[in-house]
Amino acid sequence: MSSALAGYLARRVGQAVLVLWAAFTVTFAILYLLPSDPVAVMLGGGQGEQVDVDPAQLAALRAEHGLDDPLPVQYAAALWRTLHLDLGTSISNGAPVTRLIADALPQTALLAAAAFALALVLGVATALASTWARWGWVRSLLLALPPLGVSLPTFWVGLLLIQLLSFRVPVFPALGNEGAASLVLPAVTLAVPVSASIAQVLARGLRTALAEPYVETARAKGASRARVHLRHALRNATIPALTIAGVIVGNLLAGAVVVETVFSRVGIGRLTVSAVNGQDIPLVQGLVLLAAAVFVATNLVVDLLYPVVDPRIRLLGGARASARRTARATARPVVGSTS
Amino acid sequence: MRTRTPLLAVPALLALFTAAACGGGGDEPGSAAGDGTPVRGGDLRFAISVDSGCIDPQQVGNNDALNVGRQLVDSLTVQSPEDGSIQPWLAQSWEVSPDATTFTFRLRPGATFSDGTPVDAAAVKANLDGIVALGAKASLGSTYLAGYAGTTTPDAQTAVVAFERPSAQFLQATSTMSLGLVSTSTTTADPAARCDGSALVGSGPFTVGSYTKDSEVVLERRTGYDWGPTGSKHTGEAYLDTITYQVVPESSVRTGSLVSQQIDATAGIASQDLPQFDGNGFWTQRRANPGIPYNFFPNESRPLFSDERVRRALSAAIDREQLAAILNPGDVAVTSALSASTPSAPDDADLLAHDPDAAAQLLDEAGWVPGADGIRTRDGQRLTFTVTFWQPVSAVLELVQQQLREVGVDLQLKQATVAETNAVQESGDYDVLFYNLTRSDPDVLRTVFAQSARNVTQRPRGPVDDALDQQAATLDAAQRSQLVAQASQQLLQEAHSIPLVELSTVIAAREEVHDLQFEGSSRLWFYDAWIQA
Repeated sequence: MSSALAGYLARRVGQAVLVLWAAFTVTFAILYLLPSDPVAVMLGGGQGEQVDVDPAQLAALRAEHGLDDPLPVQYAAALWRTLHLDLGTSISNGAPVTRLIADALPQTALLAAAAFALALVLGVATALASTWARWGWVRSLLLALPPLGVSLPTFWVGLLLIQLLSFRVPVFPALGNEGAASLVLPAVTLAVPVSASIAQVLARGLRTALAEPYVETARAKGASRARVHLRHALRNATIPALTIAGVIVGNLLAGAVVVETVFSRVGIGRLTVSAVNGQDIPLVQGLVLLAAAVFVATNLVVDLLYPVVDPRIRLLGGARASARRTARATARPVVGSTS
Repeated sequence: MRTRTPLLAVPALLALFTAAACGGGGDEPGSAAGDGTPVRGGDLRFAISVDSGCIDPQQVGNNDALNVGRQLVDSLTVQSPEDGSIQPWLAQSWEVSPDATTFTFRLRPGATFSDGTPVDAAAVKANLDGIVALGAKASLGSTYLAGYAGTTTPDAQTAVVAFERPSAQFLQATSTMSLGLVSTSTTTADPAARCDGSALVGSGPFTVGSYTKDSEVVLERRTGYDWGPTGSKHTGEAYLDTITYQVVPESSVRTGSLVSQQIDATAGIASQDLPQFDGNGFWTQRRANPGIPYNFFPNESRPLFSDERVRRALSAAIDREQLAAILNPGDVAVTSALSASTPSAPDDADLLAHDPDAAAQLLDEAGWVPGADGIRTRDGQRLTFTVTFWQPVSAVLELVQQQLREVGVDLQLKQATVAETNAVQESGDYDVLFYNLTRSDPDVLRTVFAQSARNVTQRPRGPVDDALDQQAATLDAAQRSQLVAQASQQLLQEAHSIPLVELSTVIAAREEVHDLQFEGSSRLWFYDAWIQA
């Protein structure tokens, strides 16, 4: 690794720390501004049963969680803990937040990976098919699919799939995390909106790329239709699709909340729902930090990938891209396309 | 607005339904299939809707977790679901001092916790001391032990529990899972380890097999169990090998899973989905939750509801028969400040009659006259108030809203999260609170209404407080019932309590599931349950 790259990475990690700190602070402020009392919510078991606990005992429990300290003291204590990678303990059941997250994370990672793989295949296939198709009506039909996929509520898609493929025709289980079969319906549900965004951005990128002069040149030199599509246009169209990777990760995380609830799966989404409902402050903060870290990491990886996909893009000030490669690709980069 | 089975409006039928529904232990409709001889073995998959992250019965407060915890622990006594009487379980017999401050329990010999240690007087003491030490974490148990002075153990089988002041409710409290006994190793364990089941050892008919948060709790049959409660249908070990509680948060998925038999039973079917499980290879059984029914609690520290006439008008404007008809099939109108399944609950139906004319007259007298839009006003102020709620009974509240509008009262409804609703309660900034409270002892009236306790309506001390405080110190059942009846009557006459509708728990199950029953507090009891092969 060159020293320039090391410096770049150090700068990015510094920025990441800043983002995480900001996320932590904003969450802290919002949670503590809420008027309700997390301890009272916890005593109702998250279902809001009425409890008539002795006020002195209630105060003791608040003190145990440090909720009676002045706000700056609480903030400093929480920040200090977090710096030592200790996210505290859940208010609702006393378990360490890191353990709760570690228990739930693998299931969500598996779901997200399966959904992403599916979405990538579906999205790329739809985009390629929509530009490949010679008939106008097929093209319009395929181009109409992504907006439809984006606008279908995940909740509804999930319930529809369960209804059809689990309750009516018992092909897949409706509940739980056990076995590959239980992953199919949730992954499909989660893949629908994600594949739609990929298809939308990629199709636009492909259309733009196919109108570029270098495609004419390639055709004139006798390149086949497939080669023009896959080798020349797709590579350039990938850049805008890459830029929405952060959005896709966001979609996957947000979608997990709904999908895991509908399919009764364990995971970060479910954990988030119960943490927010129970106003479990340490757990919510742990989850926000996790989400922020995932975003930061994704964006860093994407930025590092740009020069691999498009040698004209340089991370560093220095002239790293070779002149030969620059000469080959004469088109202007299509970065900046929006989804 | 949905309306429901018109037949149920016929009073005679209502009475029949109540009798059948409160019968508890179950000749459920489905048991006609098969020859009715219990079969051992099998796994019963039961869907619950919420996982609060804790299955320790001494710490939890929500119904789903209590339904899990109930199977893990035994209690000193058991409350009959039929008549509310307190009967022997781990305690063979007991005596209560005449002033209701000292309770002497004699334990049955031979019962053990699943770690092999005996259920003895020392364990009783460790448990009660432990619950007091848990403090607010034992949200139910610690209130049952208010005024606890200590436990002494004259011998290994005798535990003497003393209170600083009379506590007649304690005997019923010993029948709840909240005061269910765990081994001494558990009483000294970290509360979090008790919650996740890793250090949770009881003497109950089932033990913790595994617990995965947000997913499932698996309970395993305790081998060698032979101390089931009085009133059980069999002796010895439970019939089921395992119970799997599957956490299914989405209501329509619970319904579909039961229809497609991916689960065997649940108590979480939405009322509009219940009719499809009546027959068709399924059975349903309902029982009203004892305690305080869904209630409006007027804030009497505010000018609007310090006026008794306004409170009474509100109560008279509500048609409770109509409210009962829109929730679960078989629900009946509430008849007192207590739910009818509460022991000693009186019948004050006449005080809760629907009388819109009387309501209008009371409001006229109080100076609230109909305004241009039909809503009454006084000194330019509209007769309006807001109820914040999270409970899944918006249909009921919307109907109340219509009924109140007919007499010129504007009820604003605000559906919120549990946290928001709590915040409103704590702020004290409300006109009316809305909630229910499950407890199978009439003392719940005192804990909610008495000036010396929560005093939810923030009213000044009155004659009703004498009745409420006296019943807490009265052991004689007849005398106590009379005091409870007196208190309920006074609470209703002056409309401190405005009951709306009873909450009931409904089990829906495949017809192969037998003898899954309600216990005295309308929580579930799996000891006698079995599955037809």
